[in-house]
Amino acid sequence: MFAYLLRRLWQMIPTLLGVVLLVFFLFRKFGLDPAQTLASLNASPREIAEIRAQLGLNEPWWVQLALFIKGIVTFDWGRSWATNETIAHLMATRLPATLTVTVPILVLDTLIAIPIALGVAYVRGSLTDRMIMIGTTVALSISFLVYVIVGQYLFGFQLGWFPVQGWSDSTLTNLVVYAPLPVLLAVLMGLSPQTRLYRSFFLDELGHDYVRTARAKGLTEPAVLLRHVLRNALIPILTNVGLSLPGILIGSFLIEVYFSIPGIGREVLLAVNRSDYPVIQAVTICVAMLTMLANLAVDLSYRALDPRVVLR
Amino acid sequence: MRDFASTSLASTLADAVPARRTDGVWRSAWRRFRRDRTGMTSLAIVLAYALLIACTACGLLAQRWQDEVGVPDAPPSFLRSAPTAPPGAALPASTSAPAAADVDISDVDPLAPRYKEWNERAAQYHARTAPIAATLPLGADRLGRDVLSKALKGTQISVSVGVLAAIVATLIGATLGALAGFFGGWAGDFVEWVYNVVTAVPDILLFFAFAAVFGRGISTLVLIMGLTGWTGQYRQVRAEFIKHARREYVRAAEAIGASASSRMFRHILPNVSHVILVRMSLMVVNFIKIEVILSYLGLGVATDQVSWGTMLAESQSELILGHWWQLAAATTAMAVFVTAFSLMADAWRDALDPRLRQ
Repeated sequence: MFAYLLRRLWQMIPTLLGVVLLVFFLFRKFGLDPAQTLASLNASPREIAEIRAQLGLNEPWWVQLALFIKGIVTFDWGRSWATNETIAHLMATRLPATLTVTVPILVLDTLIAIPIALGVAYVRGSLTDRMIMIGTTVALSISFLVYVIVGQYLFGFQLGWFPVQGWSDSTLTNLVVYAPLPVLLAVLMGLSPQTRLYRSFFLDELGHDYVRTARAKGLTEPAVLLRHVLRNALIPILTNVGLSLPGILIGSFLIEVYFSIPGIGREVLLAVNRSDYPVIQAVTICVAMLTMLANLAVDLSYRALDPRVVLR
Repeated sequence: MRDFASTSLASTLADAVPARRTDGVWRSAWRRFRRDRTGMTSLAIVLAYALLIACTACGLLAQRWQDEVGVPDAPPSFLRSAPTAPPGAALPASTSAPAAADVDISDVDPLAPRYKEWNERAAQYHARTAPIAATLPLGADRLGRDVLSKALKGTQISVSVGVLAAIVATLIGATLGALAGFFGGWAGDFVEWVYNVVTAVPDILLFFAFAAVFGRGISTLVLIMGLTGWTGQYRQVRAEFIKHARREYVRAAEAIGASASSRMFRHILPNVSHVILVRMSLMVVNFIKIEVILSYLGLGVATDQVSWGTMLAESQSELILGHWWQLAAATTAMAVFVTAFSLMADAWRDALDPRLRQ
């Protein structure tokens, strides 16, 4: 087990190195000149030259790359060009807002989609099944943007059930007052793809022999579905949830932008708009690391769910 | 196109085995597809869209979508069946013309001697005033532009971006997948490493990073989505090539001296092309959705172009004022196309690979 863990972590290094190289060369080769961006519009050539020297831009590329990697390894991510805030501080202060919105979305989506998908898979081929499948196809074809625009207008502006937008310093207020509308809209949006996916997982399991055996020995239908089918289908479901974990960091970026929630997704978009490269680079590398760790966590949890799985 | 596997074997073994002609993959798939009512209906809708897009691209339709042809926020015609004057012209005549206007002030007006000269000079220029409509078939936006024309032009841009990006991503993904799957070895390992790197970063973040350095515009958008979206296609093509490279027909081709490239592209590729095609059509839908969101965020098409995304972005502020027509037009145009296209892709998948049908 320990050896497995160590080997998996070891295997991450080349991939992570690739991400670092990608980010480094993408911005170096195609991006704007950092010194030009940092200096004000009417900076003198001497000032620009000073900034170049300060950033180490006059060094050959491998020295710059080494500096870049050294910064990553020592968790010294540098400062934002736009606000001069350290990136570590920036991430730490924006993360709570993102989590306040994304964790409820992920939990609710999964908890609602599983029973619907199980029910639909159970009555497969029936009118209910076909109607729900058509409904999800149509729901999927409408842009997320429309959900957000219409949802905010309808629930926030016309019906007045929720505040149109806003954010406070208190997590509880945020969770109870400001997060519900964005969460509701994101859950509505996420339900269709999840239901379709989980339905296919359940259909797969329902076709297996053990289901027939369980019925033959006289188990009730709820017992067959909940104790046998659901448990077996949990592995692909868990994989899916695990893979969407890193996405929740920035996955709700549109929600954050639209509802002006001060989270990481909105910060990245701001950084893109003002060419704040260090922020984009740091977030990209961080999320890549998290993705790989999430994959590892998913693989480890298979063992907990299914004793037959052997990790090698 | 005929089944290359059977024809290549048949031609090499022509003396030994009498060649038996069967329907090719595509012909029998088409036969299955024709029986699928949903598939045929969605194909018809997609073809109708393709016709509209072709007309728009040639300039037959919606060429002047940027012109101000209606009053700002003109409502759709079907909402106002009885013609009413636009708000500005609705003032009663009695208030608009004060009765005292006829007093002759030319004695005290210092500019009076020059009015005639100015009028003559002004008459030399022809100001063309286009008639401004009070209502339009689908209404107008904030600048008085026709929503119907915008929807047509936006459909052309959004769909072409999605299709072009899918083609670029397919070219990259299929080429890399074929190389990695067929050769394996260090080349395969290297491509696999690139794949791991690209998939380690969530797509949307990659889009942001690429958009930050490449700027905006249609060609950039296509490039960005192509460079980041090839991974699914790569995975599938690689798996298919690994599977097919060991099949007997490829071994037979090798035995008669077919080169590696000939085996890859003349023998294996036609047998996996349906997989590539289905995956590509799924990508089109995905890319269209991403284009809409990127354009809304200001990272997509340029500001002097229109797409479903920019229409939705504009409609956000219009909706608050109760002007819902642009939102409705863009949403409907997109929902109908995307639904039809996904159903068509599903039907193609079922027809091309009956084993996948659940």
